[in-house]
Amino acid sequence: MAETTLATAPSASPAAVPQQGTWLAALTGRLVIIIPYAWLLILFLVPFLIVFKISLSQTAIAMPPYSPTFDLSAGITGLWESFREFSFDNYLWLTDDPLYVNAYVSSVVIAAISTFFALLIGFPIAYGMARAPATVRPLLLMLVILPFWTSFLIRVYAWIGILKPEGLLNQFLIWTGIIDQPLIILNTHTAIFIGIVYSYLPFMVLPLYSALEKMDYSLIEAAQDLGCPPISAFWKITFPLAMPGIVAGCLLVFIPATGEFVIPDLLGGSQTLMIGKTLWNEFFSNRDWPVSSAVAVILLLMLVVPMMFFQQAQAKAQEQGR
Amino acid sequence: MKSLGSIRRSFSPWTDPAAKPYIVFENVTKKFGDFTAVNNLSLAIYEREFFALLGASGCGKSTLLRMLAGFDEPTSGRILLDGQDLRGIPPYRRPVNMMFQSYALFPHMSVEQNIAFGLKQEGMPKADIDKRVADMLKLVKLEQFAKRKPHQLSGGQRQRVALARSVAKRPKVLLLDEPLGALDKKLREETQFELMDLQQNLGLTFVVVTHDQEEAMTMADRIAILDKGQVMQVATPAEVYEAPVSRFVANFVGNVNMLEGTVAERSEKTATITGASGAQIRVENAGDATAGSTVAFAIRPEKIKVSSRKPDGAANVMEGEIYDLAYLGDMTVYHVRLVDGQVVKASALNSSRITEDPLSWNDKAWISFAPDAGVVLTR
Amino acid sequence: MNATWSRFNIVSIVLGFAFLYLPIVLLIIFSFNESKLVTVWAGFSTKWYGELFRNQSLMDAAWVTARVGVLSATFATILGTMAALALTRYTRFRGRVLFSGMVFAPLVMPEVITGLSLLLLFVAIGLDRGFLTVTLAHITFSMCFVAVVVQSRLMTFDRSLEEAAMDLGATPVKTFFQITLPVILPAVISGWMLAFTLSLDDLVIASFTSGPGATTLPMKIYSQVRLGVTPEINAACTILIGIVATGVIIASLVNKRREVQRLRDEQAANRG
Repeated sequence: MAETTLATAPSASPAAVPQQGTWLAALTGRLVIIIPYAWLLILFLVPFLIVFKISLSQTAIAMPPYSPTFDLSAGITGLWESFREFSFDNYLWLTDDPLYVNAYVSSVVIAAISTFFALLIGFPIAYGMARAPATVRPLLLMLVILPFWTSFLIRVYAWIGILKPEGLLNQFLIWTGIIDQPLIILNTHTAIFIGIVYSYLPFMVLPLYSALEKMDYSLIEAAQDLGCPPISAFWKITFPLAMPGIVAGCLLVFIPATGEFVIPDLLGGSQTLMIGKTLWNEFFSNRDWPVSSAVAVILLLMLVVPMMFFQQAQAKAQEQGR
Repeated sequence: MKSLGSIRRSFSPWTDPAAKPYIVFENVTKKFGDFTAVNNLSLAIYEREFFALLGASGCGKSTLLRMLAGFDEPTSGRILLDGQDLRGIPPYRRPVNMMFQSYALFPHMSVEQNIAFGLKQEGMPKADIDKRVADMLKLVKLEQFAKRKPHQLSGGQRQRVALARSVAKRPKVLLLDEPLGALDKKLREETQFELMDLQQNLGLTFVVVTHDQEEAMTMADRIAILDKGQVMQVATPAEVYEAPVSRFVANFVGNVNMLEGTVAERSEKTATITGASGAQIRVENAGDATAGSTVAFAIRPEKIKVSSRKPDGAANVMEGEIYDLAYLGDMTVYHVRLVDGQVVKASALNSSRITEDPLSWNDKAWISFAPDAGVVLTR
Repeated sequence: MNATWSRFNIVSIVLGFAFLYLPIVLLIIFSFNESKLVTVWAGFSTKWYGELFRNQSLMDAAWVTARVGVLSATFATILGTMAALALTRYTRFRGRVLFSGMVFAPLVMPEVITGLSLLLLFVAIGLDRGFLTVTLAHITFSMCFVAVVVQSRLMTFDRSLEEAAMDLGATPVKTFFQITLPVILPAVISGWMLAFTLSLDDLVIASFTSGPGATTLPMKIYSQVRLGVTPEINAACTILIGIVATGVIIASLVNKRREVQRLRDEQAANRG
């Protein structure tokens, strides 16, 4: 101790350093908000406003194929002029044509049915994982996440070879003698259900798993100890406690599935109507930008409510995590 | 010379009117939204003092420490360090260092790197840093652990690293937030004395936050007892224990019997208190209790004598019966139910192995105590 | 009773994983098929892999995809980490609700909408569609995924580490680079990997925002898939799966080993 003479040698007095740098520190702190905020405003929010604006424009054979275009050089009056040219014609067109109405309805129906099946299949998997020995849980978790890392397109593509009339599934079923004639699955709704359930299953399983894993198994034992039979204990204890996971999982499947393009396009064939595909065709085949914008606006409006639910659930989870 | 408790060292600048306090809290208030964590609090701490902030969780003690370190700013009032107003000075420019409750050791750095971190921020030359780190490692006896990462250390070793890191910069003041909270009981007792030695040898001012009264009593020169963001009492451990100023402090520190009554008679120093059942208590050091006021007579269990026969010559004697008793090895605690129904705790040191005349449940018993064995509390 | 439950659990896990993995496994198997007919096994061959590497346009697309992936993942990681810090560290600032909305919405936003809206932006500001626009688009949607990954790590981050650093004299900026970033680095890295694979995968947004000369691999695969299943595409898919799976498995093995080592160290430290 003798050599470590650490008497209170007065180090730098606090007065010596003025308070410059605090505002700089505050600014650099703020930059963390400002930069991503600005980025998202410009590349996420503004584009939506443009979509909305173009959905009110007329189709024109030009590049870009709509009018009025923004012309900032025309100043405020020019801008006002262009506003006066806006019309709701595209929306009237959408509501008039049963094609669009049907596409919206069938998108929602297909997404809802697929979500239901994803829950039905995902729940036992998540439950089994949550009840698995703690040592294998990380491995199982990785196995659920792994397909998510492999290309969506590839996973959908893989089903074509399985589902088509001369595909592997039919070969197998004919070989076992269950059927004589190949089943027609590809290019039907069934193929879309399979595709969506398959592609989005990890999104369902992960939130379910995290809800179920947190659950204390002794709650079930307590319920049974108090005279509750297993099935009823499931409905009265496990199910309500898994509810946040169920809600999050269903929204994570339902919302993107509603606007899905790749799955109906590759597995659903030309007969299937889904709004994502309709939008794609309007845009790439018909080059009708105003109408595809209107399609997007209505799709967005339909999804705003479930999205807000999702965000609320996220915010709640965040609060609890704290 | 008469004194309260036993004196550890003759260090008492707070009794010297000429001494200048080193750290001053001046009418400090801190609000978090609607919650007032610290309420118009004033406090003075002297240089080289080992000062403890004691209180239950949520009493505002940690907030005081964090305001001193610079992590929170007072809503109103000021904090002075060596005459300098600390307002607006960010934590990284304050000449105080803190030892965190969680130790907050940087997990990706070795023990050495952790200790050197603060020195590097100062821009100290590398050779000096190495020398200082070596000194610090020696000080906390961790020389052979220099290259280890925090997760490769035991709890006690981590505590030492945190300590070494926080004193490496030779701060004017060391703040310790529950420094021993994460250690087990045995290690805690050893470390208490090590901390005291360190503080003496380095000549630093220590401000320690704790909820453990024993820890505060053992280590501190003075203790501030806090409740709801206010100071209840600032005094030496002995004063806090033997002369609490309020019912709250008396109850908070150690065990106490609270005999409520009214002051029947008051002379210059002595007074007579009449209990609820009419029993009279004669006391000295009546403080500021005036005749007719409602007061509590606070007396510690070890100051009460229990006997099976009525004692002669005691100033205060009360009759009762043994209601409950607990044999704790080194002492026995008696719960005596007085005639008026009140239960009084009394503890007796088992200084001999064999008791001639043991007291048992429901035995008739007398308690007795001296007139100066307790204090009269008006608050 | 417990035994029957666990049997039920095992069966559901096995069936679930079979469902998840069988299609991928079949795809990989048939990439080694001799025959051009992808669903009839005609013997083992690696000839389709050879074909693949001779397909110049596919190789070009792969190169574009790799560059877009690395660039966009890097920028998305920086922006996403900032967004995560903003959300965890600043509990109240003006427009926070809008900000967190914009961070979470892209996670579930149908890709057709994101793609269309970004395209219309690029057209409106007169930016030619190509490599740059795809990269910008990918940064935008993958930064939100990075933000979520990093945010969940930051929520369990011990703030007293930062306070300790500042207490020892480090300025906030130094504190971030010397303490915060090294500690959350594993989450930031997995955020980068996620952003990279999202970029590698994306067909829809790339189709909207890409232009001539910037055809990505998924776009190329998609245009060929529409013409039918070919063993060549199977081979391409197998390579992609192989790359990603190897990356993920190595990453998790490294993590696992570090975890085990850490546990051992801790036990050793507490014993002695």
